[in-house]
Formats: sequence, C-alpha cells, structure tokens
Amino acid sequence: MGNEESVFFSRVLTELTLSFHIIYATIGVGIPLMIMIAQWVGIKKQDEHYILLARRWTRGFVITVAVGVVTGTAIGLQLSLLWPNFMELAGNVIALPLFMETFAFFFEAIFLGIYLYTWDRFENQKKHLLLLIPVAIGASFSAIFITIVNAFMNAPQGFDIVNGQLVNVNPVLAMFTPAMPTKVAHVLSTAYMTSAFVLASIGAYRLLKGSNHIYHKKALMLTMKIGLIFSIATAVIGDFSGKYLAEYQPEKLAAAEWHFETEEGAPLMLYGVLDDGEVKYAIKIPYALSILAHSNPNAEVIGLDQFPEDEIPPLYIHYLFDLMVTIGMWLTALSLFYVLGTWFKMRFVSAKWFRWLIVLGGPLSIIAIEAGWWLAEVGRQPWILRGIMRTEEAATSSGQVDLMLLVFAGLYLVLGIGSFIVLTRMFRKNPVEQELADRELEKEGELR
Amino acid sequence: MTLEILGISVLWLFLFGYVIVASIDFGAGFFNAYSLFRGKQHILTRIIQRYLSPVWEVTNVFLVFFFVGIVGFFPKTAYYYGTVLLVPASIAVVLLAIRGSYYAFTTYGGLKQKRWTYLYGLSGLFIPASLSIVLTISEGGFVSESSEGLELDYWTLFTSPLTWSIVVLSITAVLYISAVFLTWYANKANDEPAAELLRKYALIWAVPAIVTATGIIVELRDHNPEHFSRLMDMWWLFGISFLLFAGTVYLIWKRRYYGLAFGLLTGQFFVAFFAYGISHYPYLLYPFLTIYDGFTNEAMAIALVIAFIAGLGLLLPSLYLLLRLFLFNKDYVQGKRDDHA
Repeated sequence: MGNEESVFFSRVLTELTLSFHIIYATIGVGIPLMIMIAQWVGIKKQDEHYILLARRWTRGFVITVAVGVVTGTAIGLQLSLLWPNFMELAGNVIALPLFMETFAFFFEAIFLGIYLYTWDRFENQKKHLLLLIPVAIGASFSAIFITIVNAFMNAPQGFDIVNGQLVNVNPVLAMFTPAMPTKVAHVLSTAYMTSAFVLASIGAYRLLKGSNHIYHKKALMLTMKIGLIFSIATAVIGDFSGKYLAEYQPEKLAAAEWHFETEEGAPLMLYGVLDDGEVKYAIKIPYALSILAHSNPNAEVIGLDQFPEDEIPPLYIHYLFDLMVTIGMWLTALSLFYVLGTWFKMRFVSAKWFRWLIVLGGPLSIIAIEAGWWLAEVGRQPWILRGIMRTEEAATSSGQVDLMLLVFAGLYLVLGIGSFIVLTRMFRKNPVEQELADRELEKEGELR
Repeated sequence: MTLEILGISVLWLFLFGYVIVASIDFGAGFFNAYSLFRGKQHILTRIIQRYLSPVWEVTNVFLVFFFVGIVGFFPKTAYYYGTVLLVPASIAVVLLAIRGSYYAFTTYGGLKQKRWTYLYGLSGLFIPASLSIVLTISEGGFVSESSEGLELDYWTLFTSPLTWSIVVLSITAVLYISAVFLTWYANKANDEPAAELLRKYALIWAVPAIVTATGIIVELRDHNPEHFSRLMDMWWLFGISFLLFAGTVYLIWKRRYYGLAFGLLTGQFFVAFFAYGISHYPYLLYPFLTIYDGFTNEAMAIALVIAFIAGLGLLLPSLYLLLRLFLFNKDYVQGKRDDHA
C-alpha cells in the first residue's frame, strides 16, 4: 500500500470513528445537564414524576456513556496510530488540554459510578443531586478541552518554527486561540440542544404510541423549553463563528458560502447546486454574507480568488453548511411553536402530525451535529494544522490501515445496533406506568 | 530529579495503577465466565458484579491517562510507537470495546446472554496479551527504520520466545492479582463459598506467575544483554519482591489477613514493576528512543506537571470517596444495599 492509500484510509477511518463517537459524546455532554435540571425541578416541586424522569434518563445515559468511553478510547489511540507525525508535533504544543481532558473524564467517571449506585441511599435527595454536579462539570469540561485542541488545529499559535525547529512554545497561549471561544461555545450549546431534542423525541414517541400519561407531557415540555433556549443560543454563537471565520479562516467561510470573488456588500448563497463552477438554483440574500462576516452590509468579504488552488477546501462543504443551518432553524421554530402553543393552549401541539415532527427532531439534531463536524473538519483541508502541516504529511506510513478500517467498521456496527436494541428494550420492558405503580406499592408497604 | 525522570515516573506509576486495577477487572471477568462454563456461576457473579460495575470506567481512564500522558511528555513516542503499534493497539481497542459493551449491554442494559459473558471473560485474557506486546517491542530487535519509515517485523516478533513468555506472564499475573483481591473482597462480603473458591484460584496461579516472571529475566540475557545486566544490578529489589510474594502466598494458604495479603501483593508488583522500569532506563524504545531525546520542551513539561498536581488534588479525594462507598462500605459489599438507578 503506497503512502497515498495510507493517507486515504487513515482519513476514512478517522472520519468513521469521529462520526460514530460524536453521537455518544454529544449525548454524553448534554444529558447530565438534562438529568440535573429534571431532578432539581423534581425536588423543588416535590414532584415524583420529574425525579423518576431523572432516574430513567440516568439508566439510558450510562449505556451511552459506556459506548462513548469505548469509542473515545478508540479515537484517543487512533490519533497517535493514524497521525503519528501530527501527534509528534502537536504533542509538543497542545498536549496540555489533551492531558487535562483525561482528568476531567476521570472526575466524571468516578462520580458517575457513585451517582448511579447511590439512588435512595440518602435521606436528603439534594445530597444525591450534589453528586451529579461533578458528572455534569466533568462532561462539559471534557468537551471544552477536546474542542480547544480542535480549535488549535484551525488557528495554531503559541509557538514559532525556526529552521524547522519548534521554539518558544507557550502551552497556555496555544489553548486560547482565536478559534477557541466560538468553537467551545458552539460545541457546548449544540450538545445541550441536541440532548434536549433527542429526549423530547423519545417523550413524543411514547405519547404517540398510546401512552397518554402526564409524565411524558411534563418530559416533553421540559425538554422542548431547554431545546428552545439552547437553539437560540446556538444561533447567536453561529453568528460569532461566522465573524471568527471571516477574520481568521476566510477560505473556510468562502468555501462554505461559495463566495468566489472578493467583494464588498457580498450576498449570502443558500442551497443551490454547483454546475461546472457555476452556482445554480441558489437563494441569494443580498448583503447577508457581509453582515454575517462583519456586521456591516457594505463590508468586504474575502473570496476564494485570494487563495492558491491547492489551499482551498472542497466546495461540497456548502451542502453541509446548509444542512446544519437549516436543521438548526427548523428546530428553533419547532420548539418555539411548541412552547407558545402550550402556553396559549392551542390544539395543534397535541396533534399527531406535530408530535411526529418532534419525534423527527431527535434524529435531525444528530444529523446536524454530524454535518457540523464534517463541515469543520473537511473545511480545514488540505491542512491538519492550518498553515503548518498538511494532512498527507501527517499520516502513518503503515500498510495495514485498510484492514483496520474494516475491523473498526464491524465494531461500530455491533456497538451501534447493540446500544439501540438494549436501550429500546430497557424502556419497553419497564414502561413508566408500571414503574410508577410499583413505587406506589413500595411506599404503601413502607407506611404499613 | 530532572523533568524527564519526573515525567516518566509519573507515567510509570499510572501504568502500575492500571496494571493492578485492570488485572482485577480482567481476571474477575475470566473467573466469572469460567464459573458460568462450569455451572457454578451463582457463587461468583454477585461478588464480581458488585465490585466491578461502579469502577470499570475508572479503570479504563488509567490507560487513557497513560497513553495521553506519554504523548504529552514524550511526543516522539507518538511517531515511534504510533507507527509501529497500529495493528496490536487496534486489536486491544476492539477487545476493550467488548468489555465496555458488556457493561453497557449486560450490566446496565439487562441483556442476559451467555455469549457476551464468554466473550467478556476471554477478552480479559487477550487484552493483557495484546498490550504486553508493547513491552516486548520496547526491548528492541523487532523494529527497523528505513527511508520509507518504521517497520515492525511481525515474523520475528511472533517467533520470539520472549514475546510469548511476556504474554504468558501477563495472563498469569492477571489471574493471580485478581484472585487474591477477590478472595479478600468475598471474605469481606461474608461469602464463604466464594472466598474459598477464589482462594483456591489464587494459590493455583501463584506459582506460574512467579515462574514466568523469572523466565523472562533469563530470556532477556540473550535478547537484550544491556538491559539484562542492568536488571542484574537491581537483584536486591527483585529479592524484596520475591519475599513479598512469599508473604502473600503464606497468608492466603493460612487463610489469614486477606487484606494484608493483597497489600503485600501490591508491594510485590510495585517493587518488581519499578525495578524493571528503572533497568529499562533511559530507553523508551531500544535502541531508537531514550527519555532524553524524546522529551518535550520545558514549557510544556512544566505545564503538564502543574496540571498533573492540580488534577491529582481533585482526583485523590474523589477516588477515596469511591472506594469508601463501594469497597469499604460493609452494607454495600455484603449486598444489603443496592440503590442502583
């Protein structure tokens, strides 16, 4: 296998691992917050339903965490196995957040074990809730540290290269790159948003499948509210991300927006197809790109004409951008209608078709996450470390990457199907009505 | 102490932590599968599940900590080991995935399938085997460097007696460590039959563990004379290790002080593990890479050490809490409490 093939298969394997891992990672970052909110509301309102909600979410959550641990270990090792030259360089400059991530995860894993096995151990429910805080903090900080590494790949700083030698390394400066604030905020808020919509989707599905229990309605309202808040936050952060890109990675923005010529008062292209270098069927919003990039309708936006041919990312990232943004907008509107509709007691919120739309929101938000990460990673090409190291220089020279690709593809298939079967079975075998009735009986027994 | 030595000592310490906690985990899984196979599962399952379920993720982090840390302190290892280990490390990841999914699907998910239990049990033997290959490779003689890059010579590797002795040692050590620990745990849980069975396992695996460990030292004489002579300089440490081993076996044999027996066992492995590590100095990979030419820049090293100390301040109290709740809590260990979500 020649080196070109090694590069190709290394890219495919990394993309596969990340695409699979990100589902579990996103849920793993977001759900602890949801559990925390539900349990807190339950304690505040003295409402058994919310506490049970937290408890049942926890049971599902540990399964996704377990799979996330496995896939996270895989990507952690694959970074060194598939991109040894990159890690040798990166290890010198950006090892600090990677190292701290293991601590954050350590912290999370310890307290998750404790939280999971101490339901009912405390007289005071609040003490048990306290144990969840380190889980949520650990999960979010894992995401923050890893995203810091990704931000560094997009806007490397904190070192100089003199005669091919790394000098003046500043690990802290390397962590706080210009890409870092928007990226971290975007990853966190979309993780919370996605988790909320995934949980809402489950609640809506139960309501559609015959259960009309108030428990599911409470779950739906809670998650849709959280989803709305974080989708608005995501939109605001998205706007900042556009400004970051325009300033520091104009080629990524230009490729994502099909902005070929540098111009003032640039329009924003939505949708459309690329036919022989010409954009067709696109919706053109005048001045919108200039506003997105610089908050000024007449500002100049750098186009792809400013970059050499071999430093331009693939143009298909425009479709990924459209997909991500469209789903984001759609989910914002959906949750807004749900929340307003419920407040004003409008009938459409409990209509079948509307609940199906909510069910669809879960998978859609996952697709948006995938599209977003593909956009982020493909949009950085041809660089693995922007301006410093090209992807093909970073890959392993090993000839067995194709075989490993097959092995891991098989593994993820088994893990994916397995976790789906186990999760659905778990909740189907022990529906909430059953569990509520059981708990009622238990309580009566204690009183007697 | 130079930063290089501080860095490698910290990493080696965490690797030692992984060896102990992971051995308990791996061996327990194997004993569990074996007793299912022999139709005696009821004796062990409960003990094993109660200890392992809350702590397995923590076990895994020890390993992640090690490989992230070594790339941080010694970035060149990413190039040398990263290139060479693609296949063995990928296999280890797949096997670790089997274990993780066993917890996810069986323990948390309630999927009761014998097939998973067997796979889980066997993975506990194959993981140490595949990970121990790294130690073999580090002895040198299996990697060649050319203009096309590094190449691992699989044929030499898999026909070398050294490789297979280290594999056998890793497996026997796993079973021995695990059996001693679980004897203690079962005894604390007042579970007589389980404690007796595990005590028997501990005694059975003690001898092969010490024999293979000695055998490896002998084989190194031919394979890597330089390392062998440095090992010999450290003979007294191995002597201490052997005395601790004898103490453990004596206590287990006499059915006395199982907790102390496990303490002595930890000491035995600690001394031997560090004696081996010190004699390996200064090489990370014979003869290509030493801790000095593979070391990161000073700024990063200091940052990592600071992060490590801060992290440890967070970690140690949390670990203590975990152990207090699940290892030293009588009600929990004896199965009077469950409290699972």
